[in-house]
Amino acid sequence: MSIHDLEISFQNKIDSEIKIEPKDWMPEAYRKTNLRQISQHAHSEIVGMLPEGNWISRAPSLKRKAILIAKVQDEAGHGLYLYSAAETLGTSREQMVADLNSGKAKYSSIFNYPTLSWADMGAVGWLVDGAAILNQVMLCRTSYGPYARAMVRICKEESFHQRQGFETLLVLSKGTKEQRDMCQDAINRWWWPSLMMFGPKDSESTNSDQSMKWKIKRKTNDELRQQFIDMIAEQIKLLGMTLPDANLKWNAERKHYDFGEINWEEFWNVVKGNGPCNKQRLADRNKAHDEGAWVREAAMAYAAKRKNKTANKAA
Amino acid sequence: MNIQVKKFYYGDIPEENTGGTNPENNYAQENSWPLWEVFIRSKQGLDHKHAGSLHAADAAMAIENARDVYTRRQEGVSLWVVESKYIHASNPDDAEMFYEPAADKVYRHPTFYDLPDEVKHM
Repeated sequence: MSIHDLEISFQNKIDSEIKIEPKDWMPEAYRKTNLRQISQHAHSEIVGMLPEGNWISRAPSLKRKAILIAKVQDEAGHGLYLYSAAETLGTSREQMVADLNSGKAKYSSIFNYPTLSWADMGAVGWLVDGAAILNQVMLCRTSYGPYARAMVRICKEESFHQRQGFETLLVLSKGTKEQRDMCQDAINRWWWPSLMMFGPKDSESTNSDQSMKWKIKRKTNDELRQQFIDMIAEQIKLLGMTLPDANLKWNAERKHYDFGEINWEEFWNVVKGNGPCNKQRLADRNKAHDEGAWVREAAMAYAAKRKNKTANKAA
Repeated sequence: MNIQVKKFYYGDIPEENTGGTNPENNYAQENSWPLWEVFIRSKQGLDHKHAGSLHAADAAMAIENARDVYTRRQEGVSLWVVESKYIHASNPDDAEMFYEPAADKVYRHPTFYDLPDEVKHM
């Protein structure tokens, strides 16, 4: 079969909703796009542990501490599911970790913002995980089999993250004036970065929508962002708080909320490495990796020693 | 084939906008842990089913890691792990000739046989 025929039969499979599996023929660009997207997603889960890990030792109660630990452990697990999915596309775990630690690979910019107060743990769960879930629910139906399966597993676990976040804020919203102020302040700081999580506007894109054609993605950035805004604008009423956007209002004609302009300059600045915490996050990842080197080596040495012993016994 | 995927997606920040440094790759030489496939029995009486994969230095660590990553919410009562290199798979390119012969043997299915309605318990 010629490459052209292979491409046609590949697209036919996609069109008839047949998942692509690791050993199937796929266009090189499909492989690369998936690899980049899945590994970035994995890196986001791993770096995403850092802003929350910051609060484990300072959680206000044992219950909140146990919840936060469980959540951070989930993020590590999600990173692993995704790294495994990316590995099926022909890269190694070491390569991906190296690309993250060197700053070559990207992760979601949202994790380059600092978590300044306990209320941030609530805002991160509600807004950041909430935004991530919309994307992840869509990705449960992505065309690459291993990615879709990882997403199904992740979505099952992610719902607790968002609910505990909202509940954390709900408790604060019924608290003292200081607690209510803290709650509103966290929402003010996390709102706009959360909207940026969906990526640039659809109109920024000039090329044909290849990822949609390949069904890697099934909704555009703007569609997902609007869905998120409509959802949050209603939920916030239950908190008795406000979203920091004077232009946010219901549009009966569109049946959606209108909203103000996102600061794209800030978005690109953070992507390019100039966010409040980019350097600190990478430094922390590198430190953890370097300080864990002896553990990885010792485990290999131990495995080799045991293997030798078994071999000697058999001889 | 050279399709440029330019659309920016969540979790898919394009290369041309990358920042940061690009120092030497320090980790490529590292002695890496082998890959293992994980199979979980969700409850007694059911088959073990493939759940995913992970890296571990040996089988004992693979089982412990599998417990930590794949059964945090009581997903299983039993785990199998096997080093991925020991799994042999059929080739998808051969799928047509490999599985096609089964397609024209409809007589292997009970519905192929037309029996009078009077025949009971069959």
